Amino acid sequence: MEKKQALFNYLLRLGDNSAILGHKLSEWCGHGPELEEDIAIINTALDLLGHGRSIYTYAGEAEGKGRTEDDLAFLRIERDYRNALICELPNGHYGDTIARQYLFDQFNYLLFTELEKSTDETVAAIAAKAIKEIRYHLRRSIEWTLRLGDGTEESHNKIQESFNNLWPYTGDLFVEDESDALIIADGIGPELKAIQPIWREKVKATLADATLTIPEDGWMHSGSKQGRHTEHMGHILSELQYMQRTYPGCEW
Amino acid sequence: MERKDWPLWEVFVRSKAGLSHKHAGSLHAPDAEMAISNARDVYTRRSEGVSIWVVESNQIHSTLETDTESMFDPNEDKIYRHPTFYDIPDEVGHM
Repeated sequence: MEKKQALFNYLLRLGDNSAILGHKLSEWCGHGPELEEDIAIINTALDLLGHGRSIYTYAGEAEGKGRTEDDLAFLRIERDYRNALICELPNGHYGDTIARQYLFDQFNYLLFTELEKSTDETVAAIAAKAIKEIRYHLRRSIEWTLRLGDGTEESHNKIQESFNNLWPYTGDLFVEDESDALIIADGIGPELKAIQPIWREKVKATLADATLTIPEDGWMHSGSKQGRHTEHMGHILSELQYMQRTYPGCEW
Repeated sequence: MERKDWPLWEVFVRSKAGLSHKHAGSLHAPDAEMAISNARDVYTRRSEGVSIWVVESNQIHSTLETDTESMFDPNEDKIYRHPTFYDIPDEVGHM
């Protein structure tokens, strides 16, 4: 595999993580459990869409075929999206959304902390800008995990179940393939296998603070890096891509 | 199910270092930590501030509207309380 192709693949994964999770969060707009929470979660959605945009733009440049951020965001087929599976899972109740967000934020924080040191200047610059927002996302999702876990018996049971249900999707975050190997060798991105134990320790500590139990590692879903998605992805794209598919090239 | 509303908090934002915190508005939050977090998202997302104070609204003691006459009106005819009768040398500049 060419290095250029590996970089493109790598950037697509990063960009798709942010864009697809940002899109899922945006579904809460106007439906948040409280007005303040509605504003806060949509701020996070916008931050993630912002990260997606800068990463897509760079991915388009790296690919060198003239594709723009919009082409990448709106005009690929399902199999060409490379976001981690956890990013495309349904919002569920607010505890589900918070649990999904915490597991992802903790991963994203560790990943972007390493990407700040990337040998690729553009990746390092994007990471340096994004990490400030990601640090805040993490802080918020930890605070909510603590409050729901250590809240009422009902909130405790609900969010424990959320973590249990999401757990089989977390292994997918750390799968490495041929593209990753090239990226790691060139110092563009960190070893995901090295991040995994740190991530696990952090998650375990947060859940313990929240009086929750870290789920046991069992069978894990995988496949996002080959574009094998859950059944939810098609529904996301049918909404996300509707305007560009119906009115090709439409701008506003 | 019983639904308890979150308490109300008053938010004070310092727009830049050296200025005092000014009242920005109020919001609901379950506790102080989340009130600060919500205040960040509600009141400072367009670069309005560098520091936030929050205080639970029921901790604020205030004058009563019914007392306005006795509290404030008597000051209106006592212009000698304003230091506007002194000649200030130009060299002093603004005081």
